[in-house]
Amino acid sequence: MFQRFGHLVAPYVVRFVNWVLQLLGLNIQTGDTFYNAVHFFIYDSIKIIFLLSFMIFVITYIRSYFPPEKVKALLAKFRGIWAYVVASVLGVVSPFCSCSTVPIFIGFVEGGIPLGVTFTFLVTSPIVNEIALGYLFVTFGPKIAILYTLAGMTIGIVTGLLIEKFNLHHLVEEYVYKMKMGEMEAEVMTRKQRLIYAKDSVVDIVKDIWIYVVIGIGIGALIHGWAPEDLLTKYAGPNNPLAVFVGVLFGIPLYANAVGTIPIAEALISKGVGVGTALAFMMSVVALSLPSIILLKKVIKPKLIAIFVGITGAGIVLVGFLFNWIL
Amino acid sequence: MMMEIKILGSGCKNCTTLTKVVEEVLGELNMEATVEKVTDFQDILGYGVMKTPGLVVNGTVKFAGRIPSKDEVKKVLEG
Repeated sequence: MFQRFGHLVAPYVVRFVNWVLQLLGLNIQTGDTFYNAVHFFIYDSIKIIFLLSFMIFVITYIRSYFPPEKVKALLAKFRGIWAYVVASVLGVVSPFCSCSTVPIFIGFVEGGIPLGVTFTFLVTSPIVNEIALGYLFVTFGPKIAILYTLAGMTIGIVTGLLIEKFNLHHLVEEYVYKMKMGEMEAEVMTRKQRLIYAKDSVVDIVKDIWIYVVIGIGIGALIHGWAPEDLLTKYAGPNNPLAVFVGVLFGIPLYANAVGTIPIAEALISKGVGVGTALAFMMSVVALSLPSIILLKKVIKPKLIAIFVGITGAGIVLVGFLFNWIL
Repeated sequence: MMMEIKILGSGCKNCTTLTKVVEEVLGELNMEATVEKVTDFQDILGYGVMKTPGLVVNGTVKFAGRIPSKDEVKKVLEG
């Protein structure tokens, strides 16, 4: 559907881009490197922001059915492996901003949700967030979007299972277990309230992320125009396993919104970088970002943070290998 | 008894917006109330709220996890 929609608006966007270029007094030929870069930049910015808005609207509407209180109640009903699977599914439909990481962590652990299940939720949620997913779908098509989602969920489930298996409860700060959480009745929203909530979220999120999108697409455009294809293919192509590793390491200190990294990943792939290498880099930026690690320090001991980063990082590297191999 | 309003949130953008909405509504209704910001997440969790912002009126959580519209806040404050 998105593809078809893209084709429908494409001619208008192209005409608009040409018009802007003429206004700027730029007389450039189709096929020129500079033309390609500028064209990619403007065309993509408009297309992506438009499609993202639509995507955010639909997903926040669904999301309004899954506030954290409800997620917690749902999770408490499942036992064994199913609890992990459900936690990862809920992680996909119930994203939260990094400022809620700590309250959600405490709320879950205090409410008797196993530590591993809590981690599954906290790991899956940022990797497979709705904006990134919609964007991946538009940029790379359904196959990669679905594979990415499954990979993100698997990484979350495995991280959670291992943390639970190692029995690391003593690495959670003690006060977390002592906290008393209040009871609150989750509000039941009407359809109209949900629609307004979805609309407000579109405005809010687009206001927050457009700059990342534009910067990301700008870097993407530069890569499209000037990155040396033969070098990238040689050193970061799908046949170089080390590149996946380097990509993940590079991702950790980078703090960018997921949507900013997608156009960069797309441009890198078009220049010969392996799909798995580029996606692993993306996952690392969102799942292992320094700010969320610093937030987690409030509730868990450094050793557990190291274990979490180690397991999740290894999972991302493996997924990178897998994607390079099968795609 | 004077109405007690608490705004739950660790200082993110949404909490500031909610504070503004509440103050505007209070002004429009010409009501007086004590408005207090609760920023400590232990206290916020004490109300059972995991996703901010939250609005508490006289000790009861009315909204959590989203910014209610002015009309919604009005309804709650008029009780």
